[in-house]
Amino acid sequence: MEGFDVVKSQYIKEMIAKGMREDGRGMFDFRKIVITPGVIKHAEGSAQVDLGATRVLAGVKLQVEEPMKDTPNDGNMMVSAELLPLAHAEFESGPPSPESIELARVVDRGIRAAECVDMPGLFIEEGKVWSVFIDLYVLNYNGNLFDASTIAAMSALATARMPKFEDGKAIYEERTKPLSLKNHIVSTTFGKVEGALLLDTNIHEENAATARLTIANDGKLIRAMQKGLGGSLSQAEIESLVDVSLSKYAEVKSSIDNLMQ
Amino acid sequence: MASKADRPQLIIGGKRLDGRMPNELRPIRIESSILKNADGSAYLEWGNNRVLAAVYGPKEALPKHMADPAKAIIKCKYAMAPFSSMGEHGRSGPNRRAIEISKVTKEAFENVVLLNDFPGSEIDIFIEILQSDGGTRAAGITAAAVALASAGIHMRDLIYAVSVGKVGEELILDLNMLEDNYSDCDMPMAISPRNGNLVLLQMDGNLTKEQMSRAIEMASEAGKTITRIQKEALQDVYKKAGARSQNGNGV
Repeated sequence: MEGFDVVKSQYIKEMIAKGMREDGRGMFDFRKIVITPGVIKHAEGSAQVDLGATRVLAGVKLQVEEPMKDTPNDGNMMVSAELLPLAHAEFESGPPSPESIELARVVDRGIRAAECVDMPGLFIEEGKVWSVFIDLYVLNYNGNLFDASTIAAMSALATARMPKFEDGKAIYEERTKPLSLKNHIVSTTFGKVEGALLLDTNIHEENAATARLTIANDGKLIRAMQKGLGGSLSQAEIESLVDVSLSKYAEVKSSIDNLMQ
Repeated sequence: MASKADRPQLIIGGKRLDGRMPNELRPIRIESSILKNADGSAYLEWGNNRVLAAVYGPKEALPKHMADPAKAIIKCKYAMAPFSSMGEHGRSGPNRRAIEISKVTKEAFENVVLLNDFPGSEIDIFIEILQSDGGTRAAGITAAAVALASAGIHMRDLIYAVSVGKVGEELILDLNMLEDNYSDCDMPMAISPRNGNLVLLQMDGNLTKEQMSRAIEMASEAGKTITRIQKEALQDVYKKAGARSQNGNGV
């Protein structure tokens, strides 16, 4: 952290102690969510998500591959994340950082655990299935990449079209059938600052946070959780955040449903 | 996760396939200070899991730009040996899963190690899974806590870890590999027994809020046993040394 960030963190903590957030939001308010679907015509599905000043672009590609040995009748799914150097001064080029791997795997677990993608529906023929590649490109980092990335991934999946399969290969020019989704997941990530719990932390709040908890739910059940940073959380804190998480499902899902209309 | 369709019946007559009750741990055995070169170490057997943990440090943080003048940094490497699993030879080198586990394990220990006592230094934690049978990250954290204590690293607490899963609607403690493959949920937790707070929490699958609360309570209850075994392992080193010196063999 630069000197400015240290001072800013102190300011954020003093505000939180008075029950206020830097940008005037309530403790459990999301920043404004703007979803722009279909930004990459060559991808089978894509969406750019602006969560405040955080911007994530998700691209979905489908490809014919062999199934995994233990699931011969299911398609494959793979989530990757790139913290691009153009997104923040502290992001560097090179092999995937632990941060980007964690981001990809947490988003993957939510989508997989909620059985969002119809994996048996990706079966083509004996030994051939569709693999769904979800690539998350972080274009501007201003906090809470977990939720922005899950919204981007779900929006890209929801708008994806499957290539036609003919004579043993994919025809990418002919894409009409929507990718089948069986469930929907909403991710909510909280930061703990000075003992207070905040939803959707911006970059300054993230710098001041001692613990982080991501809870992904499908409106009824908890589907994935991940605690991050060196702080700790009590059982009571986790229980209260599960309630908040479930209460946020409808709000976030409706912003993706609106894309379909 | 394997297909649910061919899931074997994992609970028969209230007991699990290895004879355990739903809230029963596998047998755990820990031996502390077993590696000569390391500043601290532990060997752990947890069911069929075999884990080595070693700690080096505090020592000068390298590379120098990584050093924090205010506190120590922790580096953690969790790895599974290529021969550790049933079936095919595993790839050597860290995969994405191992990198993520290393990261969350490091963060769990950042909560209890008194980092401010060792400014500018690093503490290295190495966790090697020699044989795996489900719950290796929990076994690794439990072993590493003992290794840190045996290295004399200042800590607020001796943390432990354990996983809770779900078969149908029944919660089960400490999943083995077979249960993990077919379970409806896996929720690994690391807990600081001093205040009961969670320092590591991961979960995937499906859980109601009530089941999640119960899972935390099951882990906390199991922690009484795990903590006792950890402490006994640390005490045993001195008991054995004492016995040797009484027998005139020297220390």
